[in-house]
Amino acid sequence: MELTGADIVVRCLRDEGIQYIFGYPGGAALHIYDSLYKQDDVKHILVRHEQGAAHAADGYARATGKPGVVLVTSGPGITNAVTGIATAYMDSTPMVVLSAQVPTHLIGDDAFQEVDAVGITRPCVKHNFLVKDVNDLVPTLKKAFYIACSGRPGPVLVDIPKDVTAEKTEYIYPSSITMRSYAPVAKGHPKQIKRAVNLLLNAKRPIIYTGGGVVLADAADSLIKLVRQLGYPCTNTLMGLGSYPAEDPLFLGMLGMHGTYEANMAMHDCDVMLAIGARFDDRITGDLAKFAPHARIIHIDIDPSSIGKNVKVEIPIVGDAKLVVDDLNAELNKRDAVPDPEALKRWWKQIDEWRSINCLSYDRNSDLIKPQFVIEQLYEASGGNALVTSDVGQHQMWAAQFYGFNKTRRWINSGGLGTMGFGLPAAMGVQLAHPDELVTCVTGEASITMCIQELSTCKQYDLPIKIVNLNNRYMGMVRQWQEFFYDRRYSNSYMDALPDFVLLAESFGHVGMRIEKPGDVRDALNEALSVKDRLVFMDFVTDQTENVYPMIAAGKGHNEMHLSPGNGDTPQKRELA
Amino acid sequence: MRHIISILLENEAGALSRVSGLFSARGYNIESLTVAPTNDPTLSRMTIVTHGSDQIIEQIVKQLNKLVDVVKLQDLTEGAHIERELMLVKVRAVDTAREEVKRLVDIFRGRIIDVTNATYTLELTGTVEKLDAFVKALELTEIIEVARSGVTGIARDDRALNV
Ligand SMILES: Cc1ncc(C[n+]2csc(CCOP(=O)(O)OP(=O)(O)O)c2C)c(N)n1
Repeated sequence: MELTGADIVVRCLRDEGIQYIFGYPGGAALHIYDSLYKQDDVKHILVRHEQGAAHAADGYARATGKPGVVLVTSGPGITNAVTGIATAYMDSTPMVVLSAQVPTHLIGDDAFQEVDAVGITRPCVKHNFLVKDVNDLVPTLKKAFYIACSGRPGPVLVDIPKDVTAEKTEYIYPSSITMRSYAPVAKGHPKQIKRAVNLLLNAKRPIIYTGGGVVLADAADSLIKLVRQLGYPCTNTLMGLGSYPAEDPLFLGMLGMHGTYEANMAMHDCDVMLAIGARFDDRITGDLAKFAPHARIIHIDIDPSSIGKNVKVEIPIVGDAKLVVDDLNAELNKRDAVPDPEALKRWWKQIDEWRSINCLSYDRNSDLIKPQFVIEQLYEASGGNALVTSDVGQHQMWAAQFYGFNKTRRWINSGGLGTMGFGLPAAMGVQLAHPDELVTCVTGEASITMCIQELSTCKQYDLPIKIVNLNNRYMGMVRQWQEFFYDRRYSNSYMDALPDFVLLAESFGHVGMRIEKPGDVRDALNEALSVKDRLVFMDFVTDQTENVYPMIAAGKGHNEMHLSPGNGDTPQKRELA
Repeated sequence: MRHIISILLENEAGALSRVSGLFSARGYNIESLTVAPTNDPTLSRMTIVTHGSDQIIEQIVKQLNKLVDVVKLQDLTEGAHIERELMLVKVRAVDTAREEVKRLVDIFRGRIIDVTNATYTLELTGTVEKLDAFVKALELTEIIEVARSGVTGIARDDRALNV
């Protein structure tokens, strides 16, 4: 049967098994919106700003592992979505963005609402396409989903001119597609697996450091097996939290700029490092010249360009994290050798000493609400079972440090791009994916303001998200850097003229709460979490002066951390004995 | 180190800008870049001359391979290879310069491909060094304009870049 391009777009989505798309209409997209109207297999979620559409699709994808789909109109529609696309790109989210374009005969004429969508998005997509012929539509959409979801996932944009959505052609959706120029490797090289196991078994001070790749590959179970089998310490990046259970004694917490003392010291002193699905980002390594000076490094990654990019790697293994870790486990099972028990005992003794510093301690006797306390209470009130999104700033770090994630796809934040405004729209996608679960958005008053309009979307679709606003009346993370590195010149980092968030939430049709005393925190949380069918905006008025500790300042090494004032607040530099 | 990287890529609109965009976004250096369709019209062949440490060249190769439009890639400088560049030069040729330039062109095995009362247009192919040497040899001649194609190349022996 012949269908219009617009109908074909919607049928392709249906046949890809897409349940939700997130979008906003406009002239060039109207044929597609008309096709959406005529069916109900694919449900369209109408956001209030295209940035919100991209973040919501991103949140949906991160919570499920399925591709997020965005639909926007030409010109300002796609430019508004770019921040969300770049956010997804930096964190390798599988996403397909459909952008409408002006009709083909107007392209290049500076037509009304024309922008070069393919050009603008090129540096922040895995790949993109402009479809000029309706007959190319089906193969292009099939390729888009294939590329977005395979290898190292990422956003793919398909730009579709309006006339292409009006023309007709035969519709047959292929079940699969192959491309001569694109064939990601999945299995690790067997020789490299053997070499890696040899090195691992000979380690005296090992560390296993894992990132978002373990989440994306759904490799957490395999990782847990590997870590327990070896008895080695494990640390996760901000993106990898949940891959190894936070409550397990082999877990050292998060590493990096605001990672734990024990994780960073162990990274610094280790002799063998196994990195899995992590990319040695500057927020993780600190000064590269001082990074893990004694380490022999094994690096597993699906993206060859991530290996050897920032640090020298002795054993590179290109492949899917799950398949490679399974192979490591199988190879270990074949060996009689075990790690040197004496060396391992000494190593753990050292690690326990570092742990005893208790680097995440904070003042528990304050009259003001400490933000860390709110997150701890949120953890307890939710039994550790919430799906938590966050924005960007201090609150993000506290959520990462104090909400112990025991499973993957429950901690959803913008790690790579660090996009303020991500948290609320992302939570919408997460809540749609998991309608019966508790979804919370941990945010700050500056971040939440960036996509606050999405409160209206939450109302339209009855999304009972629980917003935890750690309101310090400052762009706290900016203020912290200004306190430390700019002699307390707080240039433009305060938030004057904030709205009354309680009234604001209520005006959108939600429940608003303000909490001002530490003693009220838990009751407020209990009350809010008991509201199952409505969004609750909890505005916690927190200590304005609180800082995130520990901290590795830019240009410093892992063994030069600032600890909290309670811990002396001196950079603790220690050389390996 | 100087490297010559040959790339087969899908002959699609935008493929060229993906490659050039990659180089500018990541701050890699491009000395020259040439591109044209091959005997298979669905494929283009691109030749990039770049400089960088081993680590940077490794990243360039990996990043290029990661581009979805790139089908295959070869670092020609890893083995024996032939490189050529085409140069057209228009010079002022009057009086004694007419004989002088003609002699030089013969020495460099170039050709005079267009002549006016006052000018010659010269054609020369060769390595970058040879073309540079020729331009230097024209020192006493007034050069009106120079057009160079950038380097293209091919591996010696059995090594080949095809699909
Ligand atoms: C879109 C965007 N603009 C600017 C920044 C830089 N930035 C990082 S954290 C931060 C302050 C965030 O303040 P708030 O949301 O109140 O969180 P807090 O740090 O106080 O917890 C800013 C401005 C950013 N990450 N994203």
